[in-house]
Amino acid sequence: MLSLIVFLPLAAAAVLVALPRIGDVVARWLWVAVTAVDLALVVALWLRYESPGSLGLAFEERAAWIPGVNSSYHVGVDGLSLPLVAMTAVIFLACAVYGLHERDRPRIQAALFLFLQSVSLGLFVSADLILFFVFFDLSIVAMYFVIAGWGHGDSGRSAMKFFLYTFLGSLALLVGFIGLYLAADPHTFDMVDLAEAAPLAQSPLAGGLVLAAILVGLAVKTPTVPFHTWLPPAHTDAPAVGSAVLAGVLLKMGTYGFVRIAMPMLPQAWQSWAWVVIVVGVVSVLYGALVALAQTNFKRMVAYTSVNHMGYIALAVGVAGLVAEDTTQARAVAVTGAVTQMVSHGLITGALFLLAGVLENRASTYDMDAYGGLAAPAPKFATLFAVGAFASLGLPAFSGFIAEFQIFTGSVAAAPVTAIALLGILVTAALFLRALQRIFTGETRGRSVGFADLRASEVWSVGPLLVLSLVIGVLPRPLLDVIEPAAGVVVDLVGR
Amino acid sequence: MSGPNGDIALWLLVLLPAAVGGVLAVSRRAGPVAAPVSLGTASVTAALSVVVALERPAVAVPFMAGADFALGVDGLAALVTPTVAVVTMLVLLFAAGEIREGRARFHGLMLLFASSAVLTVTATTLPTLLFAWELMGATSYALIGFWWREDHRVSSGLTAFVTTRTADLGLYVAAAAALAGGAGLALADLPEGSAGWRDVVAAGVLVAALGKAAQLPFSFWLSRAMEGPSPVSALLHSAAMVAMGGYLLLRTESLLAATGWAGPTAAWLGAATALVMGAVAVTQRDLKQLLAASTAAQLAFVVMAAGVGTVAGGAAHLVAHASTKALLFLAAGAWLTALGTKQLSGLSGVARRWRLVGWTASLGAVALAGVAPLSLWATKDAVLAEALKQSPWLYSAGVAASALSAAYAGKVLVVVWRLSPAHGEAAESQHDEELTGTRHVGVLEQAPLVVLAFGAVVLGGLALPPADALVARAVGEGRPHVAVPELVASAVLAVAVVVAVARWGVPEPRWGLRWLGLETAARAVVVRPTLAVAHALARFDDGVLDRAVTGMATGVLAAARGSARFDDRVLDRGVEATSTTSLRAAERAARADDSSLDGAVEWVATGMRRLGEVARRPQSGQLYQYYLQAVVVLATGVVLLVLVR
Repeated sequence: MLSLIVFLPLAAAAVLVALPRIGDVVARWLWVAVTAVDLALVVALWLRYESPGSLGLAFEERAAWIPGVNSSYHVGVDGLSLPLVAMTAVIFLACAVYGLHERDRPRIQAALFLFLQSVSLGLFVSADLILFFVFFDLSIVAMYFVIAGWGHGDSGRSAMKFFLYTFLGSLALLVGFIGLYLAADPHTFDMVDLAEAAPLAQSPLAGGLVLAAILVGLAVKTPTVPFHTWLPPAHTDAPAVGSAVLAGVLLKMGTYGFVRIAMPMLPQAWQSWAWVVIVVGVVSVLYGALVALAQTNFKRMVAYTSVNHMGYIALAVGVAGLVAEDTTQARAVAVTGAVTQMVSHGLITGALFLLAGVLENRASTYDMDAYGGLAAPAPKFATLFAVGAFASLGLPAFSGFIAEFQIFTGSVAAAPVTAIALLGILVTAALFLRALQRIFTGETRGRSVGFADLRASEVWSVGPLLVLSLVIGVLPRPLLDVIEPAAGVVVDLVGR
Repeated sequence: MSGPNGDIALWLLVLLPAAVGGVLAVSRRAGPVAAPVSLGTASVTAALSVVVALERPAVAVPFMAGADFALGVDGLAALVTPTVAVVTMLVLLFAAGEIREGRARFHGLMLLFASSAVLTVTATTLPTLLFAWELMGATSYALIGFWWREDHRVSSGLTAFVTTRTADLGLYVAAAAALAGGAGLALADLPEGSAGWRDVVAAGVLVAALGKAAQLPFSFWLSRAMEGPSPVSALLHSAAMVAMGGYLLLRTESLLAATGWAGPTAAWLGAATALVMGAVAVTQRDLKQLLAASTAAQLAFVVMAAGVGTVAGGAAHLVAHASTKALLFLAAGAWLTALGTKQLSGLSGVARRWRLVGWTASLGAVALAGVAPLSLWATKDAVLAEALKQSPWLYSAGVAASALSAAYAGKVLVVVWRLSPAHGEAAESQHDEELTGTRHVGVLEQAPLVVLAFGAVVLGGLALPPADALVARAVGEGRPHVAVPELVASAVLAVAVVVAVARWGVPEPRWGLRWLGLETAARAVVVRPTLAVAHALARFDDGVLDRAVTGMATGVLAAARGSARFDDRVLDRGVEATSTTSLRAAERAARADDSSLDGAVEWVATGMRRLGEVARRPQSGQLYQYYLQAVVVLATGVVLLVLVR
């Protein structure tokens, strides 16, 4: 079932590439249909999901691949990856619906996104380090083509910067993986075996070096300060659907790596270096929020808020490494919050980037000062934008609050000094409301005049994302029931 | 205990206005039906609130972080929930007459607010409380900035939201501290945490409550909030949202008492705010600004009540104030719509013009002044009597604050009943300065005023026998003590101050008009430095971090070009040089080949030729030379033969 979910989009992509006469309309609708079918399969998977035990995986599949280095095609899901798989499917469906109005080579774009969807899903379900790495790098390649091929502004340069920077990070990651492989006895790339063995537990120096390599690789992808400078230009020059996937899915590959690879396989090193991760997290939170506050380009502003939101995740997973007897519950809450934030940020920021694409499409600029009083000609846009902005600043009744409350409750309980990161939610509140005010309220002027309101494809791509965030915010138990056991397992594994 | 009916009523109480409000707020074509639908919902909600007040249900569902999403109605909530619900209904009735544009959005947002306010009142765990608390703030933002075409109103909403959110961070810290202290996240369990963590919880709750209740130093946001429509000011910024700040402190009074320092701190902060904000209110020239400052001052009494430990007195004051202040704000709204001004100088003698509004507003003002036997007189003294037991200084501060409230209420009374023609003409010139007045106050706007005026008169009974014992028992306190001398003294003081104000007027210094420059200070100390840091970090990000990365790339390119040049000029040239050297060696070898080897061969050949020429010489053709040659050869042969033998 998992392999079907992962490779169905790839098969559809191959079909689209192989039939150049297929026509734009058919191509677009095929894209929507395939992503919808994939989402249905994921939902069916979710309904049949039962939490596997510690170090277990559900819906496991294994096939021989590179026996010489003990690397197999090993896939499976647990409470950490299933929500991310579902989120990925939802975001790609939203992008497909948004793309129903794409005029520029829709067939190729659909094929490229379907390929990217396969790669993303594959990464989240992979249980082998080489498999993980292959999907990791393929995602970078695919996103390069998305930005370079369908972007605007200085897209060539931004795409190149994105590619080189994150690819360099992935090489550091590979070094870490090889370190883990060599340290394990017998040598293996299998994630489950490595998590069970925790090979470098006895050698702090080697463990620290391997963790450093892995952390650098993941920190570039997440991105955390100071490795984040590829993100703003990549977002500013990418097309709307590209940004949505970049922010919603690709960034999560970095944070997913923390909880899937770094924490279970290197518990001793993680405990020793927990404060480094915490400091990086807190700095990302505050730095990202403050720099976002100073922006006048809306998409760049949201890009920096992504740095801020990912900082909360880094903070929470760092705190999970502060092992002490009386903080177990707090740390489990923090990790649950971190995974919830991964899902929540994907939905909300994906929606915000799709909305930003409307600005580009109608008036070719993201500059907030070029607009004013936009709520008059575009009330639907104003409503969805306001909902997205409030969801992103962590208002209750949306998923962001569920995530951030748990992150803060867990982190501050375990490490009180991290309370300073609370200023992040204050600054994000100010910056989103200022953006809302500059663009939508006041007198209708500048590019707002004659601005066409949202089309059906735009409403039906952004709306469901925000509605899903609302549902999670009001009824979080279905999601938390999946995440909490897995978060508990991670905290146990780190505490070894 | 309550049965399933009570539970359903409690869930409906919160969910019904939320659902209806949510749908109304985003629908654009529901304008015509918005008012009837919202009034219907509000009426049902009010009825449900009475039901739950009687049934006292408690419900819970699992939520997050090991805590439940739990609601419960105890004695305190049973008092406050119907208050909020009924005032909401009356304000929506008023708004049905007043708000003409964007009705669906307005009524939807008001219902959403009502839902979150009721949820705040009935919340029994911290996650639930924080959930509702922040939603109140968001709806307040949307309602203050309701007329979004005017930028300054949206700015005011932003100021209000960000200021209260700053204070709300205290609740996040309190939640974390509650988890760490082992007490769990239920509000009733908070006093049981371990000592150090419990202090943090109390501090966090205190900060959040003070921010929401617009106490010092947060008071300036309430001044900005007056830019919203008058129904919004009447509901959110007098009766419900800011009152929730006081309510939170009443709800967590046992926690404040358990820490030892939080109670006195709250009491003194309340006293200080009551004094300072009372003074600010006295100096105001704008009716809504005066009422806003008065709200902060009156809620300070509720804060003081929580600090000194009288939940019954505080609750009674909160309820009575809700009715009184909502009445006054609605009256101000009616006058604003009718005359187009809310400046006191423009409202001179307005009570005579629309009699019903004038009389009900006057009743409200007299109640606000604390004149016996109206509501705020008795409830305020219930608080002050308890304060006297703790500290005479606290009591004196409270009495001074009461005198100030009599002063500003008296100011309003004097202005609205003024007969002087000179003032009347000056007032006329200020009419229509904010909007074009309709010169009309409708039935829908007058009906709620009557009900609220009734409340302003009788609700003082909650602090007087026999009802005060009931209230005390409901909130779990001992028998209240009726302090007759204090009651008489305050009654006399109130009347005296009102008369004095009527006779001599009040000063209006600039510091009061600007609300002590609190907002300017907040901008200078918090906003501007933050923006400066933000811009500096953005420049650092572009100029240093990004340039470092790009610099590395440029460096790598430069190294690549250098390597390319090295490759061409050194390595390749080396290879070329090798081939050139080989060619020269080959040429030398070729020359050596030509000159020496080949030369040797030529020399041999030349030698042979010479030998050949020499060998031809004996062939001279002369006979005697041949004979000589033959003799020589013979002789040589003989010699050889002899020698060999």
